[in-house]
Amino acid sequence: MEAIIIGVLKSAIRLTTPYLYASIGETIGQLSGVLNLGVDGVMLMGAFSAFFTVLKTGNLGLGLLVAIVVGGIFGLLIAFVNVTLKAQQGISGIGFYIFGLGLSSLLFRTMIGTVQTVSGFSPLSIPLLSNIPIVGEIFFRQNILVYGAFALVPISWFILNKTPLGLSIRAVGQHPEAADSLGVNIVRIRYLTVIFGGMLSGIAGASLSIALLNVFQQNLTNGMGFIAVALVYFGAWRPLSVLSGALLFSTVNAIQIWIQVKGINIPSDFTLMLPYIVTIVVLAAMAKRYVRPPKALNKPFERGE
Amino acid sequence: MKYRDIREISMNFIPIAAFLLALLIGAIMIAILGISPLIAYQALLKGAFGSMNAIADTVVKATPLLFVGLGICIAFRAGVLNIGGEGQLVVGALSATIICLVFPNLTGWILILIALFFGFLGGAIWAGIAGFLKAYFNVNEILSTIMLNYIAVYGMNYLLRGPIMDPLQVKLGSFIPQTARLSQAVDLPRFIPTRLHLGTIIAIFFAILVYIFLWRTTIGFRIRMIGQNIQASRASGINVQKYMVLAFFLSGALVGLGGAIEVIGVHHRMFTDGSATGFTGSAGFNGIVAALFGQLHPIGTIPASLLLGALLTGANKMQRVVQVPSALIGALNGLIVIFVVGSEYLRRRQTRRVERIMKVEHNSKNKNKKEDK
Repeated sequence: MEAIIIGVLKSAIRLTTPYLYASIGETIGQLSGVLNLGVDGVMLMGAFSAFFTVLKTGNLGLGLLVAIVVGGIFGLLIAFVNVTLKAQQGISGIGFYIFGLGLSSLLFRTMIGTVQTVSGFSPLSIPLLSNIPIVGEIFFRQNILVYGAFALVPISWFILNKTPLGLSIRAVGQHPEAADSLGVNIVRIRYLTVIFGGMLSGIAGASLSIALLNVFQQNLTNGMGFIAVALVYFGAWRPLSVLSGALLFSTVNAIQIWIQVKGINIPSDFTLMLPYIVTIVVLAAMAKRYVRPPKALNKPFERGE
Repeated sequence: MKYRDIREISMNFIPIAAFLLALLIGAIMIAILGISPLIAYQALLKGAFGSMNAIADTVVKATPLLFVGLGICIAFRAGVLNIGGEGQLVVGALSATIICLVFPNLTGWILILIALFFGFLGGAIWAGIAGFLKAYFNVNEILSTIMLNYIAVYGMNYLLRGPIMDPLQVKLGSFIPQTARLSQAVDLPRFIPTRLHLGTIIAIFFAILVYIFLWRTTIGFRIRMIGQNIQASRASGINVQKYMVLAFFLSGALVGLGGAIEVIGVHHRMFTDGSATGFTGSAGFNGIVAALFGQLHPIGTIPASLLLGALLTGANKMQRVVQVPSALIGALNGLIVIFVVGSEYLRRRQTRRVERIMKVEHNSKNKNKKEDK
């Protein structure tokens, strides 16, 4: 029993990784007032580009870098459409999702063709800490991207709450008119957060294709990016709460996978449904402690004349 | 022609220009694949309009897009985003299929009506869940509709691999996840020899109905008012929550109806490839594009969905003729969405500019009048 629990928790921690990168990136973007629903598409592009680079060069660091650059480019495009062209953010995001899904599938079909595997990031035991019984096994024998994801939580918390930049980001999302009158460059801040979010989505994708699964196939993410956006609402735009949401979600997911592997007699379709049902139920249950979204979320900024 | 008239006309062409620009980028992508874009697009055009059958296929493909688009129009006018088209199509189609499987011996017309009603109801309930959660629990509707999409798909997979699987598949041992062919009595009348079916006419009928509903009835007015200004609606005593659920309900109902019509008009059975796309062909997403393209107006959505239907049908042909992976069309679809929403701002700005010019002209006219006196 103990081994099972350790196994489930360990895989839960691993599964948290892509959600954390994507959700933290989305959190920062939304705090500045930009809703990006295209996360899943960007993740797919990140996953593909990282996988392709590693397949051709075998260089994991380079693969990660390429994913970050591709994610950043997508972030730039998303920022252009949402901030400069002031598009309806909900729909433009769906557009970027469909585009990323299509483009990554197209590139996969033309440049790779068949499902192949690469040797991705291997687990990195942290000295001393990894020897702690149970906890060491669960937390400290993971690959470097897992550590990176968890490190991102306090870092983003610090940036958002303790630095002038974080203050500007939140001001732009809460009250752009006031921020504007104080000389904060709203457009620049929003571009910055969305591009950064794109980069993190790229890493999120890479964490799937060159660290957790080590394969790429069409629609590899299967909607993880949307769950990542849900986690932002779940976490009420606070990195720590986003983390707890991601942990809950991936634990449910890990249990679901375990049930399937064990061949327990529940139709797999029901277990696959479980994470989505949990997400909806939890979102509804959280209505009581409802936290207001950033006031300017989903609203393009127009300077009054 | 006056300067402002040109401006006014050019306004309406901005989405079309955006569409063409997306196609241009598509052409560049095709060229990069080492295929002549000219030949590819020629194949596309021919595939969409080249023959009687091609045109009929285009119209058949456009029908579910129109249903989804109409549903999206209602939701949008109420100020909510319904991204759950895929799930609502699936649930609508499933409801219609199940009812046909349960009552195989009913007379055709009655069964058709019952099937359509169940499709309507299935989609309505599925979207209604999101509406209820939004109105009473403040759950973001974008997220809940997406989650409901996944739940619908897994539910469909479960049903098609088990309880409602074709008994023949079980007997043969091939276990293809699909139902038996539905009774021919429930087939929608077709315009033989093409694949065109009555569903298209039903769709156009509903487009007109939605227009009348939104612009000529009190309930429709209230729904639009909520979308325009929720605070003002609340202040004027409209039960915002009730109408929000209603908007979702009707939105999903139209999408579900589209799903039912896909079953009894086109496939005559339900099937799955494990994802939503297998059955819907992404109509749940593409219908959003159609609605946007039609300026979120039910009547405008008719030509918009035809255009997209042509693109999708032609793309199938193009794929066969010039061996372009179908994923290209997926990417192209995404680009079209991005370009069309991106251009929306230019259109709005243009509208404002025209209004300003008109105001200036109006003022100067008045001034002239005064001077005459």
